[in-house]
Amino acid sequence: MADKVILLDFYPSMFGMRARVALAVKGVDYEHREEDLQNKSQLLLESNPVYKEIPVLVHNNNPVCGSFIIVQYIDEVWKDQSPTLLPCDPYQRAQARFLADYIDKKVMETGNWIWSEEGQEKEAGKKGFVEILKQMESELGDKPFFGGNAFGFLDVALVTYSPWFQTYETCGSFSIEQNYPKLSSWVKRCLEIESVSKSLADPDNVYNFYSTLKKKKRGL
Amino acid sequence: MGEVKLLGGLGFSPYVNRVEMALKLKGVEYEAIAEDLKNKSPLLLQYNPVHKKVPVLIHDGKGIAESLIIVEYIDQVWEGPSILPKDPYQRAMARFWAKFIDEKCISATWKACWSTGEEQAKSKDESVEALKFLEDEIKGKKFFGGDNIGLVDIAANFIGYWLPIISEVKGVQLLTEEDFPNLWRWANEYCSDNFVKEILPNKEALVARFKSR
Repeated sequence: MADKVILLDFYPSMFGMRARVALAVKGVDYEHREEDLQNKSQLLLESNPVYKEIPVLVHNNNPVCGSFIIVQYIDEVWKDQSPTLLPCDPYQRAQARFLADYIDKKVMETGNWIWSEEGQEKEAGKKGFVEILKQMESELGDKPFFGGNAFGFLDVALVTYSPWFQTYETCGSFSIEQNYPKLSSWVKRCLEIESVSKSLADPDNVYNFYSTLKKKKRGL
Repeated sequence: MGEVKLLGGLGFSPYVNRVEMALKLKGVEYEAIAEDLKNKSPLLLQYNPVHKKVPVLIHDGKGIAESLIIVEYIDQVWEGPSILPKDPYQRAMARFWAKFIDEKCISATWKACWSTGEEQAKSKDESVEALKFLEDEIKGKKFFGGDNIGLVDIAANFIGYWLPIISEVKGVQLLTEEDFPNLWRWANEYCSDNFVKEILPNKEALVARFKSR
């Protein structure tokens, strides 16, 4: 019986992109369904009644929710298809999970500054956000990928922020390339992997989404 | 297999207890080190520099932090009863519910017990909504893990044991038999299980702890 794989997604979402990247690097065929978040589909509401959020992977009618949970699921189900995303070594695996969770939490806590108007709140948020970029730069070090020599789970988790870098740079008037050269090189290295670059949202698209939504929030 | 140490608190933390549960399930010998969180040891700061919190598992000189990550690590490293299901979909569901408990249940129910006024009313509503999902999930099952205790049961230790105790101390009714009959039944089943009850902290000590807050 052929696998039926559906991904309920939202194009600019960093979380949705993780599922897209994982499916693409594993070479899994799937049906992509773009959700209108103002008018969520019946399938989304039924598949994720707890959070009602994307991404949701529906595999042979079984829904899997939560971007990190989805990526691990994909890695386990399609374990015979390379690359293996989670490290095999238990300690490395724990570290990858820990860092992915930690950075996600921090970005969620501080990332809202791009929605604030100019002022103290925005500056404070931007400062907190910049700290995370510093930590990511330091964590990467001289490794080609966060996972070491090969693209892995932590790279899937973090590369999906990169389409948003242009938006952060424009809002914050700073350059990620200049200040975080290792991180920038890593992004370029990831984009050389075709299945990664075709899964990530286009940065201009993301910026347009952001500025349209920001105008709406301002009531313009 | 290498030396195992568990940096814990003074015996009151449900997060540390999760790790103790997992270690005992696998029959792992370990050294329990009690941390005074008001005066953190160099060991804690060395092995969990990011959060500086307990629990931290130190195995073979390497530190692992965050209770659910530690529990999965233990499941992967040591033989013995499986804590996570073997089937990938069941594993994904177990991880989902464990995360849901951490993200939605614990903070809402804790706030509902300790806050007042409007904040308490809001937290109570959030708690009821969250507990309803768990109520549905446990229906027809002895444990969240099925016939045996699994990741979600271990993650739900706060709901099953700590919450009823805090509720009693604070006089805030949340997990009642009337409102959540299945979850109530699970809580009693879990906490009276012969294996589990030896590992849960002493009730009187917890009551005293919460009364003194």
